[in-house]
Amino acid sequence: MVKLIPTQEEWYKALAERHGEDIQKKFTSATVAICGLGGLGSNIAVALARAGVGKLILIDFDKVDISNLHRQQYKANQIGVNKTDALAHNLYEIAPYIAIETHCVRITENNAKKLLESADIICEAFDDAEAKAMLTNLVLEKMPSKYIIASSGMAGMGSANVIKTRRVSKKLYICGDEVSDVKVEGSLISSRVMICAAHQAHTTLRILAEQFET
Amino acid sequence: MVKINGEKLNIAGKTVAEYLATTNYDPKRIAVERNGDIVPKTQYDETLLQDGDSVEVVSFVGGG
Repeated sequence: MVKLIPTQEEWYKALAERHGEDIQKKFTSATVAICGLGGLGSNIAVALARAGVGKLILIDFDKVDISNLHRQQYKANQIGVNKTDALAHNLYEIAPYIAIETHCVRITENNAKKLLESADIICEAFDDAEAKAMLTNLVLEKMPSKYIIASSGMAGMGSANVIKTRRVSKKLYICGDEVSDVKVEGSLISSRVMICAAHQAHTTLRILAEQFET
Repeated sequence: MVKINGEKLNIAGKTVAEYLATTNYDPKRIAVERNGDIVPKTQYDETLLQDGDSVEVVSFVGGG
């Protein structure tokens, strides 16, 4: 049996009916970069794709590993595939009219500006604390017109209720409990990581809708 | 007084680097904002904290 997917017009109409035409226009015309495609980044990407964000820039140097599958938006048959390719494939199945740009590279101080220059909003979704700090500093110093939504503290089995979004300054938001370190907690639980990712995705959409934290 | 993450401290006249040296922050895992603007890491040594400044130190932990 041949299954036809909805047309682009039908797709957009359904989103606009759900979100409101004004907000949907803002989502559809936006470009969001997601730096790191692990437990945070892959879940952020799925939420933003479903919401109808027009373009995602997906950046990660890694391949899908069996140890990722408990919390990341990949499938068993994608082990060994570049995360950029696997996630793009999964997102096209979810949201067929999204535009996706992929970069299978490690983000460094040298290449970040070029990789991120077309993004309106940047989601920092690394796992390494030093890499998180590097990207946050770099965006604020070198790309002051862009928003950065960073993450810190979502490891372990702690309460879901302590994961928050904090607007540190005009362009910097931090999501997480800012305490729970994977090196101390020893674990990353899908639901808690997804809560933090959902904070980052929701903050992205709120900024696009011009609704800001005070 | 200088407000650091909401706490008032009597450290006006110190540099950002001098303040950080009195804390447990790992300089590689932080971002420092002073009055809403990022303090570049290369300027921690020369940025003087002044009376009335509001500083936010964001400290990153691992996991994602």
